[in-house]
Amino acid sequence: MKTIAKVMKYELSDVVRSRWLVAYTLFFVIVTDGLLRFSGASANAELGLLNVVLVVIPLVSVVFGTMHVYNAREFTELLLAQPIGRRQLFGGLYLGLAIPLSLGFAAGVGIPFALHGFDDPVQRRTLATLLGIGVVLTFSFTGVAFALALRLEDKAKGLAAAIAIWLVTTVLYDGLVLLLGAMFADYPLERPLIALMMLNPVDLGRVLMLLQLDVSALMGYTGASLKSFFGTSGGMLLAVGALLLWAALPPLAALRRFGRKDF
Amino acid sequence: MIVIDPILRIDGLTKRFGTLPVLQHVSVAIARGRVTAILGPNGAGKTTLIKILLGLTRRDGGLIELDGQPLGDDPSARAAIGYMPQIARFPENLTGAELVEMLVDLRGPGATLDRDLIDRFRLGGDLTKPLRTLSGGTRQKVNAVLAFLFTPTLLVLDEPTAGLDPVASGVLKDKIREERERGKTLILTSHVMSELEELADDIVLLLDGRVRFAGPLRDLTARTKQISLERAVAQLMREATDAGSEAA
Amino acid sequence: MIISALLVALTTLGGSRDTIVVTPRSTVAAAIARAHAGDVIRVEPGTYAEPMIVVDKQVTLVGEGWPVLDGQSAHQIMSITADDVTVRGFVFRNVGTSFVEDRAALKVTKARGCTISDNRIERAFFGIYLAAASDCRITNNVITGAGASEAAAGNGIHLWTSNRIHIEGNRISGQRDGIYFEFVRESEVIGNTSEHNLRYGLHFMYSDDCRYVDNVFRANSAGVAVMMTKRVTMTGNHFESNWGSASYGLLLKEVYDVRLERNQFVRNTVGLLADGANRIVAEHNEFRRNGWAVKLLASTDEGHFRANNFIGNTFDVATNNRESSNELAGNYWDAYRGYDLDHNGVGDVPFHPVRLFSLLVQTNEPSLILLRSVFISLLDAAERAIPTLTPQALADRSPMMRPLP
Repeated sequence: MKTIAKVMKYELSDVVRSRWLVAYTLFFVIVTDGLLRFSGASANAELGLLNVVLVVIPLVSVVFGTMHVYNAREFTELLLAQPIGRRQLFGGLYLGLAIPLSLGFAAGVGIPFALHGFDDPVQRRTLATLLGIGVVLTFSFTGVAFALALRLEDKAKGLAAAIAIWLVTTVLYDGLVLLLGAMFADYPLERPLIALMMLNPVDLGRVLMLLQLDVSALMGYTGASLKSFFGTSGGMLLAVGALLLWAALPPLAALRRFGRKDF
Repeated sequence: MIVIDPILRIDGLTKRFGTLPVLQHVSVAIARGRVTAILGPNGAGKTTLIKILLGLTRRDGGLIELDGQPLGDDPSARAAIGYMPQIARFPENLTGAELVEMLVDLRGPGATLDRDLIDRFRLGGDLTKPLRTLSGGTRQKVNAVLAFLFTPTLLVLDEPTAGLDPVASGVLKDKIREERERGKTLILTSHVMSELEELADDIVLLLDGRVRFAGPLRDLTARTKQISLERAVAQLMREATDAGSEAA
Repeated sequence: MIISALLVALTTLGGSRDTIVVTPRSTVAAAIARAHAGDVIRVEPGTYAEPMIVVDKQVTLVGEGWPVLDGQSAHQIMSITADDVTVRGFVFRNVGTSFVEDRAALKVTKARGCTISDNRIERAFFGIYLAAASDCRITNNVITGAGASEAAAGNGIHLWTSNRIHIEGNRISGQRDGIYFEFVRESEVIGNTSEHNLRYGLHFMYSDDCRYVDNVFRANSAGVAVMMTKRVTMTGNHFESNWGSASYGLLLKEVYDVRLERNQFVRNTVGLLADGANRIVAEHNEFRRNGWAVKLLASTDEGHFRANNFIGNTFDVATNNRESSNELAGNYWDAYRGYDLDHNGVGDVPFHPVRLFSLLVQTNEPSLILLRSVFISLLDAAERAIPTLTPQALADRSPMMRPLP
């Protein structure tokens, strides 16, 4: 653990000083502030932010993450030649990137909210959920970035794969779900669809936010079964568990790869 | 070649990348307190050999003993090894001083530090600047500093003078000789044969993943009856090609 | 002898009217039996568990200190058959469920001019039940049902074939329907609160020319339903938090000439569902945070939606009809992204409130789970750019840039 913290400390101080992290944070500050200013109610701001979070966080985490790992290749080798274990080294490198990305996002969204002030406890809970989902997606897609960059030696291929994964998880997957829904419209689809949502962290995060933002709509039709599923503590626990699993699985896969890789 | 009490003994080392054999039963002993140059054309397995030594790459088979102790997965064994990679690319926003501090942190407080090169390279001021603002040559100096920092018993230098100006190059070569005088063992690779001739005591020549020659430099020149290392190596490679075509 | 000893007759200043005081050692029925038309019967605190009280004389019944009339879960408590009866200040309690008759705490049959006010009705099957009554006032009663199953509960205020009834300031909860009208004419429902009822907060059929003003209908399991009715006016009502797959802030079914003004539709699964509703005029209403603010089903024609606010709804307008004769004008839509170059407060490009996704959800309900997905946003944007499936006729050509006051 000590070694992880030591590696992380330096990785962190490198990433924190980088211009793109500053830009990333500023991006969220500007978007959040803009939404708070122009959409009036902060519930609408959270709504607008949801789409930004679901698109931008996976994109930045996976694309910048992949680039970062490629760029740190020689440095990683230097560290590997030091008397420290691979697992600890990976932990330090991964957390050293995922944590500043998460903090950049959380600060970028949190600061404008704090400045504008928000009083409604419901909105506070919604904001907390949004921040939680953003952090989980950051950890998940940073893990994907590490796994990709460690598996694919070719930088261009790695980057292409990163963008492909982003496109699939944020856009195409839902198109496929819509298509499946239309094809099997005669069957009871509620449960299978909930299962399909669990299989994609972006969708899972979105659905958890819907449960707070669109309760009225979700109480009708399918939503009722959705609400009754997530409304029970068991269903909610399953959803949050699945989301946390999504935060953990990609980095664990990357760690496995890191442990065996020939540099 | 028989080396008595070698610091590093490599026995039957094998490595494949997929179906491609890179190292085929490489057995060699590195003599203590000497400078050994590992030579070979591109793809001969030099880099792989070094990376296995450093734990960057996993071996498929064979044995490596450092100071009589088998070198396994235990990372602590690497405390005795210093490494200067060929390409000096560091996190852009850290300073050289932070990099030094980090390695000290990672290696623990037990290490005795050798900051000698910092002064000799006149690096002082540059160490407080972010690494991205430094020139390639200056970064290579930082790279060298890091390798010598922990007074390791075995130093692995991959193309150490590449990218250094003549003055810095001279400083580094002096440092290599001094370390040898102090009883340190150094392993280095280089494309500059004259430089190796100047520095190396022993030569290990790799061709197609096999050891073609291992022994003192003078033995090599004597055996090939060539006046320079470059010519001697060329001669050995020719012989190998001829042998290969005869066998075929 | 004892009964007569306990009945104290007092002569009021008016001269001809008597006031009869009843205590728990006697019964209300006995007092009525003794009373003459115009008498006041004052009932002292205590519990009166007597057989059904029949009020067949024009009397004023006044409870002092909340006397309890207990039906012992076995029978109706009071039946009024005389005109101009007043009942005030009682607690009606425990009217048992019956599956053969509409038992009520207080039933008025074929009478006119009654006043039922300031009573508390608890655990009653039906609360106040008017059949063939007219010109009555039902005010400031609190009706609290046991909230059992829908079948085991009756309505809070139930009117059948009655005219000119004034219902004001009552609070009804835990009944089947809070307020129920069938064949009622020219009546007014003002400032009542009907909430947490098992079916509708307000339910009326075949009840023309009625007005509903400043009522609150909240969290009823099916909301408010208006069916088979002409000429309805609803003003300043709140339709709130009616959630469920068959729950509506306001359901208009087979109705003609409905005026909706300054109503608030907040947090309903469907704010307003119009199904075969003709000539709706909706002005200055606010639709806020509903799942569907307005659903216009086929054969809903000639509706006019003007100067309403649509804020924070998941879907603003949904319809299953590509041709629409309904008009939208001068509403504020928070989803409107147009511009106002001439700064006259009105957007320069029309707003089409029907999203492609709302059509998709209508044909395939489970796909609602994809709400707010990036893919869906792209789909909606594409449809907006090249409309193919959404009804182009249903557009607000003068959308407001700011919410209307």
